[in-house]
Amino acid sequence: MSVLTPPRSAPSRKAARPPSARENFSGWANRHRKWLFAAPAMIFVGVLIVFPLAWTLYLSLTDSQGSVRAASEFVGLQNYLTVLSDVERFWPAVGRTLSFTGVALVCEVVLGMCIALLLWRPFRGEKWVRVAILLPLVATPVAVGMMWRLIFDPNIGFVNQLLGMVGIPAQPWLSGQDTALGTTIFMDVWQWTPMVVLILLAGLTSLSEEPDEAARMDGANAAQRFFFITLPLMMPTVIVAILLRGIDALKTFDILYATKGKGGGSFHEVETLNVYAYGLSFDYNQYGLSSAVLILFFMIIIGSMWLLTMRKKAVSK
Amino acid sequence: MTVLSQNTEPQTAPAEAAKTAPRPRKPLGTRAYKVFRVAALVAVVLFLIAPLFWMLLASLKTNVDIYDTGKSFFFTPTFENYANVLQRNNYFVFIFNSFWVAFVSTALSLVLGVPAAYAMSRFTMHRSALVVLMARVIPGVSLLVPWYYVFSNLKMVGGFEVLILSHMFVALPLIVYIMMSYFDSLPLELEESAQVDGLTPIGAFRRITLPLSVAGMATAGILSFIFSWNNFMFALVLSGSKTKTLPVAIFDFVSYASIDWGGLMAAATVVTIPIMIIALFTQKYIVSGMTAGATKG
Repeated sequence: MSVLTPPRSAPSRKAARPPSARENFSGWANRHRKWLFAAPAMIFVGVLIVFPLAWTLYLSLTDSQGSVRAASEFVGLQNYLTVLSDVERFWPAVGRTLSFTGVALVCEVVLGMCIALLLWRPFRGEKWVRVAILLPLVATPVAVGMMWRLIFDPNIGFVNQLLGMVGIPAQPWLSGQDTALGTTIFMDVWQWTPMVVLILLAGLTSLSEEPDEAARMDGANAAQRFFFITLPLMMPTVIVAILLRGIDALKTFDILYATKGKGGGSFHEVETLNVYAYGLSFDYNQYGLSSAVLILFFMIIIGSMWLLTMRKKAVSK
Repeated sequence: MTVLSQNTEPQTAPAEAAKTAPRPRKPLGTRAYKVFRVAALVAVVLFLIAPLFWMLLASLKTNVDIYDTGKSFFFTPTFENYANVLQRNNYFVFIFNSFWVAFVSTALSLVLGVPAAYAMSRFTMHRSALVVLMARVIPGVSLLVPWYYVFSNLKMVGGFEVLILSHMFVALPLIVYIMMSYFDSLPLELEESAQVDGLTPIGAFRRITLPLSVAGMATAGILSFIFSWNNFMFALVLSGSKTKTLPVAIFDFVSYASIDWGGLMAAATVVTIPIMIIALFTQKYIVSGMTAGATKG
């Protein structure tokens, strides 16, 4: 026992001793926990974003190509002029990006709202429907692209087989110059409508029952109750869904590259801005041009987000 | 509505029935709606499941059967495609790579992201949160060129480190976003009373808040794992022959002249099955992660 007890002076030292290094650190850490907690993540993101973004901005002002290491000259806004006057690739890509996103979003939100309304009230077998909704959502986009390639194959695809049964001639789908973009939009709708459903369903479940109930008492029918009660109350959630989905839809890359490959197909049928910029960077090594495209693309994304956030604020009031 | 209420749980059914009793019943309309609802739900489920089912079927067919439209549903199943894909094409290596990158990037992102989300939620650091969430908005390609340059100079391209770093860049904003809305909903009183009882603020975070946030961290972790598993673009540029992940491996499948459809579908099934199994068991978390922060104005 006597061996185990610490020296006699220990208790008195504990009472009077100056704070140990550990306590000092703990006190300091507790006082500065706000930045201590936040800084590592912010530094990580900062280093990985701010620096590359600044570099992209710099590259967009040079004629860098071939290799980033190769000497490049400062050319000012030349790349932007080249890109903005490029009606062969750039402007069609802008058009495809916007129409892909726009059409996909409209389909996803309308379909998503219908499905969410179907699921709103409890029913038997709900569990299984929810599983079915989750599966496309988590499926790997590249694998999904390959799956649709087989299903939409003009010769052996199941879709043309089905159409053949009802006497509709085979369609070229992904290999058609006019049908490819629409087919990829369909794939996007298949995969991401479930996400919109989940968000809208969460919104519907959090709605108070009272306004709906009151309208019913006043004799409003289901359609009236939806358009004049539920939909206005759901608007903020709808806009959140559009915002979250829209950001990703604008940047869609995986299914486009997986189904049509480099350059969005031989006629650039599905070449959106993201695919175009990727091709310029990694298939053709035109770093200066691609950086200019990316900066413009980034501005389009920020612009549309800003518009939506403004709209949300107006709706929430 | 009256007919529908029969479907609700036994406890709520009487209450609902009592509420709806005074109103005139409309049996025809509600019956028709019920039939329509069931039909619509079946159609939705078919629309979502059928393509996946088709992929699974094709993966069990020989290439001859795939080209034979008479054998769409009736054929002799074979596991040859799977054997080919798994053995000849080294898919076990790709499966390991995908798993390892997803696992490490998720774990590291949780370590960085959870405290950051906590600070941002408790001290309402909206501008700092915006910086992290910017990462979700920026197109990945605009970062890839500089990353590729820097990392290839450091001789890191083709290693696991770069892949993990790039996937953390996707995972971290996601985790911060989900955890912030989780901490926002956690009552402050618990931490305050723990501090009254003598814990330091950090101690209260570690012993009270963290244990209470396990569900939130599971949500964020599972989602970030799935996103990393599915990620294609970063691995396409930054992975080497030894670190190739599954999505890139599938993509490489079609770069040859003719497509081996059976093998391709088997490969696609191999990628999607693990993630779907995870999803089945963690359904609740995925749903709460996907909808995090969507409903609070």
